[in-house]
Amino acid sequence: MHVQPQSWQKIELSLVPDALAGHDSPWILAARKTAFKRFSEHGFPTKREEDWKYTDVSLISKRGSLAPDNIPPDAPSEAKLLAWALSGEGMHLMVFVNGHFDSELSTIDDLPDGVQLSSLADMLDGDANLPESLFSQQHEHTIFAALNNAFVTDGAVLKIAPDTVLETPIYLLLIASGHGLAIYPRIIVMAGKNSSATVIEHYMGTLDAHNFTNVITQINVGVGAKIEHCKLIQEGPAALHIAGVHAEQSKDSSFTSRSFVFSGRLVRNDITSSLSETGCLCTFDGLYLLDDKQHVDHHTRIDHIAPCSTSREYYRGILDGESRGVFNGKVIVHHGANQTDAHQTNHHLLLSKQAEIDTKPQLEIFADDVKCTHGATVGQISDEGLFYLRSRGLDADTARSVLIYGFANDIINRINTPYLRKRIEHLLLDRLPQGDMVKELL
Amino acid sequence: MLSIKNLHVCIDGKEILRGINLDVKAGEVHAIMGPNASGKSTLAQLLAGREIYKVTAGSVHYLGRDLLAMSPERRACEGVFLAFQYPVEIPGVSNALFLKTALNAIRKYHRLPELDAMDFLKLVRERMNRVGMDEALLLRAVNEGFSGGEKKRNEILQLNILQPKLAILDETDSGLDIDALKLVADGVNDMRGPDRAIILVTHYQRLLDYIVPDAVHVLSQGCILKSGGADLAKDLERHGYNWLETGDLIKQIA
Repeated sequence: MHVQPQSWQKIELSLVPDALAGHDSPWILAARKTAFKRFSEHGFPTKREEDWKYTDVSLISKRGSLAPDNIPPDAPSEAKLLAWALSGEGMHLMVFVNGHFDSELSTIDDLPDGVQLSSLADMLDGDANLPESLFSQQHEHTIFAALNNAFVTDGAVLKIAPDTVLETPIYLLLIASGHGLAIYPRIIVMAGKNSSATVIEHYMGTLDAHNFTNVITQINVGVGAKIEHCKLIQEGPAALHIAGVHAEQSKDSSFTSRSFVFSGRLVRNDITSSLSETGCLCTFDGLYLLDDKQHVDHHTRIDHIAPCSTSREYYRGILDGESRGVFNGKVIVHHGANQTDAHQTNHHLLLSKQAEIDTKPQLEIFADDVKCTHGATVGQISDEGLFYLRSRGLDADTARSVLIYGFANDIINRINTPYLRKRIEHLLLDRLPQGDMVKELL
Repeated sequence: MLSIKNLHVCIDGKEILRGINLDVKAGEVHAIMGPNASGKSTLAQLLAGREIYKVTAGSVHYLGRDLLAMSPERRACEGVFLAFQYPVEIPGVSNALFLKTALNAIRKYHRLPELDAMDFLKLVRERMNRVGMDEALLLRAVNEGFSGGEKKRNEILQLNILQPKLAILDETDSGLDIDALKLVADGVNDMRGPDRAIILVTHYQRLLDYIVPDAVHVLSQGCILKSGGADLAKDLERHGYNWLETGDLIKQIA
């Protein structure tokens, strides 16, 4: 069967660009048009494509229009409340509602010297001063990136000057609210030499939001810079979320990606880093807790291009109900990337008979003198562990929850931002039976 | 306190315990000895509520109530404690969280207020000191990467914190060097009292040099072959289990 719907083909890009950011810039218009053409020609990926073998995106094509909504809506009260709570944490907060920057809810006034954080739409409408290549085919890792290039509405652009250390995280809160929306944000981070920062991308959907979010995050990690990118997906139960997080690392830089998925109907994250100079450290962490018919797919790819770099990857998934997880971890050690040290593990815990995980480590090594290891496990709650805890007085539910918490803790413990660590811990425990009791004891 | 009558137990259709009778009163320490595969650990785990074993006949009463009808957690809350022969590793869960969760579960069952963090820490530190455990082990995941001795001490620490009425120690002495053995024995002797019964499951007489039992039972092929006083253990040490398993000799002693 050909999964090509008619709806998107009917969309004419010409209906959209007048309203989208940057419509006065010829290069942006041209970039949008050619990107849309690429997408139209390719269409939605089908399961016949190796990278989409386990993930059926026909849910996206079956929904309504793909065109973004260009009218910034009022923020829902949940968003206001969360923004208020977050601003109390003292973080640099930038709020987006349905893909549009909401300056009223944001608190980005007291950024330190050397840090520039702006709305992408403002930049595209003004004197953009952004590399055109950011919107070119060269940076499209999947066909969905072309769609984002065509329709991107707004987003965050973070520029950090050399030697600038940003102590407080940049917190990007992206709210989805309302029906049938297509949301196209873009996050761009340019970290100068020896700079350092943590960026948190938090996707939050209201319960009734039936959105399709297509987001691309591009991160340029300068020489000796240290960037940590954390992404938390808490989309609404019917939401579809397709994303790319793509880093390019310069000499002696460190990049960490942490991906957390707690809700959303269909989630796909393509996370990549290109280690094109020596001495890089790249760390990919992931944790997801799935239930019902949720489908969450992580495709990661680390390219060791230059010698003497290190990569670490730790993914864990907990699957209940009829949920399905996909993990594909590709590590490519290119010719000449000697003394590469790459290690990857992924562990999955299946809580129900109907849950399913497809996991595939994919190591492609074209250099000698490298150290590459990987390991994957799929398991269930251990009977011995359960009995041990019950024999100490914990009821069966609490014992299970403690074991699941322990399983996830390996990833949670590695989160450096205390606020985020606590939030993830609570998101997990809130979903587990008797989780409140465990929470009290932490 | 504990009354076992004609207990038969199977696993996967194979009979492991074949008619055990045992009475343990409050204040007593009983040692259950016997060769490998005699059913000692099965008995210990069954008493704690391990569900993989099937009782085909007999009964177990604890404080006058049907122990076999209780869930493992109910037994724990009612005061039954098993020190595991192979303490289980619980990755990602700190020893501190584990101990706190266990203690508060039992306190909650008895409608006692939960201990706050300060009181809990004070209690745990004091008890850790007594069993000679490094405080750093509080922050490590339960039993993960612990040495054999550390795992056993961790069991004794739990015993001391949870203060059960009936403590069953399943080969807690195995794999311990002499100093660790003494510490573990001290930890157990600490717990002796008129309201508490202790069952020591062991291969060797060695532990009984430090914890002198009121009664010794020899288990072989799922039956108690012989019961006696502390001296029985010494005879076993001298003659080995074969001494009892040979019918003629048993008659001679009788």
